[in-house]
Amino acid sequence: MPKPIQSIERASAILRLLSGRTRRLGLVELAGELGLPKGTVYGILRTLLSVGFVEQDPESGKYRMGAALLHLGSSYLDGNELRTRALNWSDWLAARSNESVRLGTMHDGQVLVVHHVFRPDDSPQALEVGALLPAHATSMGKALLAHHPYLAAELTKKELTRFTPATITDPQRLLAELEQVRVDGWASEMEELIQGEASCAAPVHDRMGVAVGAIAISGPIERLCEGSQIRSDLVSYVREGARTISRDLGAVPW
Amino acid sequence: MSEKYIAAVDQGTASSRCLVFDHEGRIVSVSQMEHEQIFPRPGWVEHDPREILHNVVEVVRRALDTGGFGVSDLVGLGIANQRETTVVWDRVSGEPVHNAIVWQDTRTDSIVRKLGKEHGQDRFRDRCGLPLATYFSGPKVSWLLDSAPGLRERAEGGDLLFGTMDSWLVWNLTGRHVTDVTNASRTMLMNLETLDWDDTLLDAMGVPRAMLPAIQPSSKVYGEAGDSLGGVPIAAALGDQQAALFGQTCFSVGEAKCTYGTGSFLLLNTGSRPVRSAHGLLTTVGSKIGDELATYALEGSIAVTGALVQWFRDKVGLIGSAPEVETLARTVEDNGGIYFVPAFSGLFAPHWRGDARGVIAGLTGYATKGHLARAVLEATAWQTREVVDAMNADSGIELTTLKADGGMTANNLLMQFLADVLGVPVVRPIVAETVSLGAAYAAGLAVGFWPDVESLRAHWHKAGEWLPQMDSNARDKGYRKWKKAVQRTLDWVDDDD
Repeated sequence: MPKPIQSIERASAILRLLSGRTRRLGLVELAGELGLPKGTVYGILRTLLSVGFVEQDPESGKYRMGAALLHLGSSYLDGNELRTRALNWSDWLAARSNESVRLGTMHDGQVLVVHHVFRPDDSPQALEVGALLPAHATSMGKALLAHHPYLAAELTKKELTRFTPATITDPQRLLAELEQVRVDGWASEMEELIQGEASCAAPVHDRMGVAVGAIAISGPIERLCEGSQIRSDLVSYVREGARTISRDLGAVPW
Repeated sequence: MSEKYIAAVDQGTASSRCLVFDHEGRIVSVSQMEHEQIFPRPGWVEHDPREILHNVVEVVRRALDTGGFGVSDLVGLGIANQRETTVVWDRVSGEPVHNAIVWQDTRTDSIVRKLGKEHGQDRFRDRCGLPLATYFSGPKVSWLLDSAPGLRERAEGGDLLFGTMDSWLVWNLTGRHVTDVTNASRTMLMNLETLDWDDTLLDAMGVPRAMLPAIQPSSKVYGEAGDSLGGVPIAAALGDQQAALFGQTCFSVGEAKCTYGTGSFLLLNTGSRPVRSAHGLLTTVGSKIGDELATYALEGSIAVTGALVQWFRDKVGLIGSAPEVETLARTVEDNGGIYFVPAFSGLFAPHWRGDARGVIAGLTGYATKGHLARAVLEATAWQTREVVDAMNADSGIELTTLKADGGMTANNLLMQFLADVLGVPVVRPIVAETVSLGAAYAAGLAVGFWPDVESLRAHWHKAGEWLPQMDSNARDKGYRKWKKAVQRTLDWVDDDD
């Protein structure tokens, strides 16, 4: 049997120390606990950060378990289950906003539409469940990427496809916007996928606090926007819908 | 004046829910509590009526709390309830003499067989529109009165009261002993033409008239709730499936809906005249709004649809949650030749065969759990197809669109397959909670929250639509195989089982 790989053993020891939701440890504490040089621990932490298994608190600089690691565990939520759990409140959102509603999850770097509610005006529309949408050019994608920095980092390593003149193709600009989305709690997209269309999305969290999906309304800019902004009443409906679904999934109310 | 709302209680088989709606018929608040399913013996299913009453009051309070409003913001409350489930209680103490006997319960099998002996199961169909089956309340009351000495005498003396769940709740909330005409049409004790209790039926079932509630319209203020719910007018009651027909705004002749839950129920509005079925459907009252004429419906009841998915989850354990059946089913392209007929307690419409039991047909070594999951889902669609065929034959009206609702409409694979095997579009309304919505609509009409049924139609919007894609050869072959599988379920139960 080959010898155990020392760096994996050490990485595992770090993760074990960080396990438990409230554990936040600094570099010095981690190095002290493990009896290892700070430089060695720092190198391992950088790698774990890059794959999303740990995250660094921006204020204290301390490390904690990352969302990607949570994803490996029990917080995985089946898309069909998400649709079922979100059925009533996505209908509610469509009825409130008078716009079509989509619910999406991340799937191989794209947004998978798991649920679609027609705009309630009885115009001819076709279900888009199962469609894959580009994450960087949709509000659902931005809402999800903002909460999954490692996915955002991976996405911005590749070329960002342009769909319209407004599509964000500059990685730095995208990452800056995602930072803002994380602060605001919602994302918008103005003619970045289809000309004349806008959308607005908010993340849906599960009981572990992981953003397992995003819910969005979309439609022509004439209806959705006031000036260059999404109408504030629509934003509040989307956020309320996302909050209610999250609460039903067991997320701690905020 | 602050905005007013209307509340609906959906007192269902598994849980009690309260939904609060605004004037546009949009959900503003929801609350739900499950109650205990009591299984004293195989085939017996009971509920504790006191637990249900407690839960109903509690879910209304919680829904108000969640929505941030009070009882004074409600203009009324409507009740939709699990049908046929039977309660008998003491007029003075209010205590039930026995647990409620739930519609699924089959303990009245021998009573039903005895009643049908010389005349067959259609003995009373002309009077009440129903075939003899364990499903309905009359035989359940009869069993209850014989379950302990003295009960029958007390019932004859007027000391005991009978009611379906609507009756039990309204009596406890308002003190009035009434039932709505749609619930009464499920007892096997009401005459469909006169809409009154029928002496021939009462005699045959051995149910004393003294214990029966007064039959009332579905939409009417029965009374005001006591302190527990702050005097809110109780303004409607309907059987849950009739409520769903109303909530889907199927107000005109020829309009139909199917609600997909534990079981599934397809109802077709046949207007102001009862249509007798020659194809195993039930004739039932759809609704009665105040003093207007009653609206009748044909109903196809399927006992096991969502319940099959639950069984697959709880008893087989191949999935962890009901929605995962779609995930598992999508791992394969088709059913691999497997057909699953879930005749767990016999077959309901259009067969009405109590002697049938479940069958998984067409098994080969090729089959995987994915194929099984697909067969589980397809069973719901094929059973719907049988009922739609019966309905087309009885009514002479070809179904052109199926309005679907209920929890299973969240299953895209099922909705697509349903459109495929029916060959017509399947649409889902924006408020999937049509049972509650129907009770809210009926209550809202009674208190003048909405002026008329036409104003309610404006609230119905299409939230999703599935178009048929299967070619007709595949459809016909699938249906042929399904029918062969159904044949294999029949005549399974023997006398010594």
